[in-house]
Amino acid sequence: MTEMTETPLNETLLNEKARIGAPSIPGLTEEGESLTPLEPAETTRPQSASAPASPLGGDAAKGHSHGGGYGIPDSSRAGRLTSYTLEDFPAIRGTEEEWRFTPLKRFGGLHTAALDGAAPAVAVEAPEQVRVETVGREDSRIGSAGIPEDRVSANAWSHFAEATVVTVPAGAELEDRVLVTLTGAGKAAAAQHVVVVAEDGARAVVVLNHVGEAVVSENVEIVLGDGADLTVVSLQEWSDASVHASSQQVKIGRDAHLKHIVVSLGGSVVRVTPTARFAAPGGEVELYGLYFADAGQHLEHRTFVDHAQPNCVSNVLYKGALQGKDARTVWVGDVLIQKQAEGTDSYEKNQNLVLTDGCRADSVPNLEIETGLIEGAGHASATGRFDDQHLFYLMARGIPEDVARRLVVRGFLNEIIQKIGVPAIEEHLTEAVERELAAGDN
Amino acid sequence: MSTLEIKDLHVSIETEQGVKEILKGVTLTVKTGETHAIMGPNGSGKSTLASTIAGHPRYTVTKGSITLDGEDVLEMSVDERARAGLFLAMQYPVEIPGVTMTNFLRTAKTAIDGKAPALRTWTKDVKAAMDQLRIDADFAQRNVNEGFSGGEKKRVEILQLELFKPKFAVLDETDSGLDVDALKVVSEGVNRAHAEGNMGTLLITHYTRILRYIKPDFVHVFVDGRIAEQGGPELADRLEDEGYDRYVAGAGAAKA
Ligand SMILES: Nc1ncnc2c1ncn2[C@@H]1O[C@H](COP(=O)(O)OP(=O)(O)OP(=O)(O)O)[C@@H](O)[C@H]1O
Ligand SMILES: [Mg+2]
Repeated sequence: MTEMTETPLNETLLNEKARIGAPSIPGLTEEGESLTPLEPAETTRPQSASAPASPLGGDAAKGHSHGGGYGIPDSSRAGRLTSYTLEDFPAIRGTEEEWRFTPLKRFGGLHTAALDGAAPAVAVEAPEQVRVETVGREDSRIGSAGIPEDRVSANAWSHFAEATVVTVPAGAELEDRVLVTLTGAGKAAAAQHVVVVAEDGARAVVVLNHVGEAVVSENVEIVLGDGADLTVVSLQEWSDASVHASSQQVKIGRDAHLKHIVVSLGGSVVRVTPTARFAAPGGEVELYGLYFADAGQHLEHRTFVDHAQPNCVSNVLYKGALQGKDARTVWVGDVLIQKQAEGTDSYEKNQNLVLTDGCRADSVPNLEIETGLIEGAGHASATGRFDDQHLFYLMARGIPEDVARRLVVRGFLNEIIQKIGVPAIEEHLTEAVERELAAGDN
Repeated sequence: MSTLEIKDLHVSIETEQGVKEILKGVTLTVKTGETHAIMGPNGSGKSTLASTIAGHPRYTVTKGSITLDGEDVLEMSVDERARAGLFLAMQYPVEIPGVTMTNFLRTAKTAIDGKAPALRTWTKDVKAAMDQLRIDADFAQRNVNEGFSGGEKKRVEILQLELFKPKFAVLDETDSGLDVDALKVVSEGVNRAHAEGNMGTLLITHYTRILRYIKPDFVHVFVDGRIAEQGGPELADRLEDEGYDRYVAGAGAAKA
């Protein structure tokens, strides 16, 4: 071997969209007593790229080519505990499947403390038609999209004092985006609650912009009426010391369409867990995510699409870049296609781009399929390194090193940025990504 | 008129077993308008020469010099060399995730020329060059080399050659893995670039087939890190008939 090896730093191996006609057999051979279904021994081993690869060995990509589900019916994602009551959830030890990646020591007590600090201040900019309300805990819209699925979310639910409800009325087609800015009020652990409702046939873009310094557990409920078409963008651009847990639960009405985009850039620990559920047939959900972790940051995203209705479509794509010592990212993508969800078409993919040594990206797709009568279900996961070979190729074409790096990262993340469809935010994010890169240059 | 001058070049690499000398004194001068073919057995150091000219960090020059019109090439970074007019068509082009061909070509052209190409003519030029090399228009929107077949990657290297207009092109086995039609298309590309009159070429190959389309002025035989013999085009034919046995027996260390 003399030259550069061809580096599989991409999804070439991985973008097979597994089309499955029948559910595969759940793993029967796992050892151990209580492996959760989401962690069968073989299939969900995280894909890490933490090894300091040799300059010519830029191969950190791995493919999941199996397309089958491996749910165990009575301990599947469907069976996970949900409750409004904090006490119903056992204390978090950190070894649970849901928590095994999260650095609980740096979690600001979101899982243990009474969340009675001041909640981030909420300011809403919205077109006239939109109703913006601040309501008490008893408001009927609270709890309309979902029930907490973990202790941290339940903790916020137990402690929030008031909620912000943003309603796009039936049939309204907004020209302008709704901008909800949540500004952290400091480091006292706090709880937050936001409800976004797009009534029947409404069409809108809602941006949740998280800025400032905060230690906060947040519940976001997103409700789409029949035929609604909603885009929600959740931006995490917190200060370096901030800690944020955000459970974002979505309920999608008949023939409604949600585009949900999570962008996590700032914060010490950010853990966003979007869950999408269909209330009726014909819905479509796109869950997109973009994250850029630099030295010491932990950015975790766990998506869940619960197909409990027939003829719905879901597409998940999360892309992340990592740069600097102990930059850490986690993506876990659960898709559950229930027995009655015939005609489902679902796909999920995660790609990570590791820019320097000392980073670690975990990527775990989980697909549980309980019916064979589906259009498709597939997943892919790839973690690649931007290595010396890529750099050499670009520089050999006259492109200086910093430009080359930018070119690759921008290109990689642009796929998500382009989906936002709000030029001002797209520009803002392009700049934010440039800043992240520049920060890593020094 | 430009001159690329390689003098007594010694190159080694670090391996797990220690430092290994690969080039053991290579001297070669290429001038604008000339085509030099370099042939030689596997492992004799041809790609090492190509990569060293381009400045791959893996290779350390321990002795000798490379100059471009008197300028010290070894002092230049990889990107500076490219901007000075050196181009390497790689034996194994790398796949670049997330960067479309369009974006890549424009960025590189801008870097090489020091200014952005006029958008209208550039788009036209790219399209025309792609047509001539029979590269599908939809490649423009694909990521650089990602999922391209071996032959497609080679065409795309020549596409860059035609668009970037280097002073010297080093083609490392651009003909390997090409079918007959592709070989012809690619050779025509090189010849077009040559016909503009501002380029010298160093063509590394194992086969005389390509030399039927691209006529070399000189042929150099590489064996064990040295030029074992040089001559005119007729030398290539002789190699085709006789192989490298003659040289290898003498050199001892070269691998087949
Ligand atoms: N990165 C490397 N690591 C280890 N050995 C190397 C490396 N690069 C080159 N070599 C060794 O240097 C020698 C010359 O390799 P080079 O690639 O230059 O040969 P080549 O003439 O281009 O061969 P081929 O015709 O097979 O392309 C070989 O013995 C090769 O194994
Ligand atoms: Mg070679």
